Amino acid sequence: MAQNKVAERKRLVIIGGSAGSLEVLLQVLPGLGARGHFALVIVLHRKSSTESPLVDLLASRSCWPVQEAEEKQEMLKGHVYLAPADYHLLFEADGTLALDDSEKVNFSRPSIDVSFESAAEVYGSDVVAVLLSGANADGVAGLQRIEASGGLAWVQDPSSAAVAYMPAEAIRAGAFSRILSVEELFGFLKNHP
Amino acid sequence: MSSSLEQGRIHDDELEVLLGDLAAQYGYDFTGYSRASLKRRVNRLSSLDKFPSFAELRYRLRHDSAYLRRFVEEITVNVTEMFRDPSFYQALRQDVFPVLATYPLIRIWHAGCATGEEVYSTAIILQELSLLHKTLIYATDINPAVLEVARKGIFPLAHMRQYSSNYLEAGGRNDFSAYYTAHYDHAKMEESLKARMIFAAHNLVSDHSFNEFQLILCRNVLIYFDKLLQDRVFRLFDESLEKLGFIGLGAKETLRFSPVASQYQQQGKEKIWRKIK
Ligand SMILES: C[S@@+](CC[C@H](N)C(=O)[O-])C[C@H]1O[C@@H](n2cnc3c(N)ncnc32)[C@H](O)[C@@H]1O
Repeated sequence: MAQNKVAERKRLVIIGGSAGSLEVLLQVLPGLGARGHFALVIVLHRKSSTESPLVDLLASRSCWPVQEAEEKQEMLKGHVYLAPADYHLLFEADGTLALDDSEKVNFSRPSIDVSFESAAEVYGSDVVAVLLSGANADGVAGLQRIEASGGLAWVQDPSSAAVAYMPAEAIRAGAFSRILSVEELFGFLKNHP
Repeated sequence: MSSSLEQGRIHDDELEVLLGDLAAQYGYDFTGYSRASLKRRVNRLSSLDKFPSFAELRYRLRHDSAYLRRFVEEITVNVTEMFRDPSFYQALRQDVFPVLATYPLIRIWHAGCATGEEVYSTAIILQELSLLHKTLIYATDINPAVLEVARKGIFPLAHMRQYSSNYLEAGGRNDFSAYYTAHYDHAKMEESLKARMIFAAHNLVSDHSFNEFQLILCRNVLIYFDKLLQDRVFRLFDESLEKLGFIGLGAKETLRFSPVASQYQQQGKEKIWRKIK
């Protein structure tokens, strides 16, 4: 039993979302509790860099510390990192985070695809990626890479999403291993070792 | 087994081989660059140029020095804009330039200036403060192609709307469109802005200090370097900066963990430091 738990343990959980996903995050973040031995990375499409209240907002629902990712920052378990506006967030093999201000991808920077692909590359099967509500297809290609590298690729149930397009596109592309409700995502964050 | 490039991805060890070749053969040393971003750039280029395998990319780079130029142009990230992070430019206008105004000649270095949008932004503020005539702005980059664009000062007209709003947010009070003439889909920056600019190729990895400045701006370049290379560049900047001079970095960069940190004091909440020792 206990060994099973260890085997299932993922070091990284990464959640990507666009329009309509902030509400979901505010509902699931309170699930983060004492159990978690993973780091949580959030990549949201954001309007501009003058929105650091977003960090405060997320932090108000989480008992884990929440911060905007800094370049070369070491990722720690039990912490939440938010991709900063106007930068892509990448992962380095040594467990640190990297930022990159290259071209937008899917009209987005940060792009969910970029972060998912980088997570797949570095973390392989050691990652759970979740794609939430949104109005474009950013994240779909990234989920495919997560799947192909042995990680878990999950999508929010489109029927529960404020904007169904993004999760629906992932499902249409077959880029997922599980469709889950907001409550299930909450439960996962709460119970994941 | 299919080669990694067929799936659009270079292996870690292949990347190291490539970087080794470039350094040995051409003196372009990218080994101090952060790997996550660099790898993405190489993968992007390999798929753009349709290399069927890593071996072919390597062969091309070793035997075609013209292709090296394209490689350098494409793996560096040259994205930039005018008055990027308006509050940063507001701080230059309100806090830094009034201090520099007391010098008879102001020397500024834009390191990693890309296509020059930031350089023109700085020049506009200096002109509005009546300081441009006594300023020299050195603007350098590793990539000769972007310097060519910067020298011309011709930018896509479609971007001007955004730049105009950045300019106003940064404390600009004029009509921004007075600073360029529109030509079809391009905007040509005012000639007078260029008069005090000097563009030159300079590689922060291998080139040395070439002057002393009162302000060094190097924004969104250090994020691409690993810690060791960042430290080298901070020492280079320190050697190139007069006492009481300023260093300005990108929104996500910091001087705090560098070997020169103790000699510098951050000015307010912008990424601007002053050399106090
Ligand atoms: C993302 S752009 C930053 C442009 C501008 N400073 C800004 O913040 O908008 C990074 C620039 O750094 C340049 N660069 C990369 N490596 C360099 C090196 N070793 N020496 C000098 N410039 C370099 C690239 O060619 C590119 O133009």
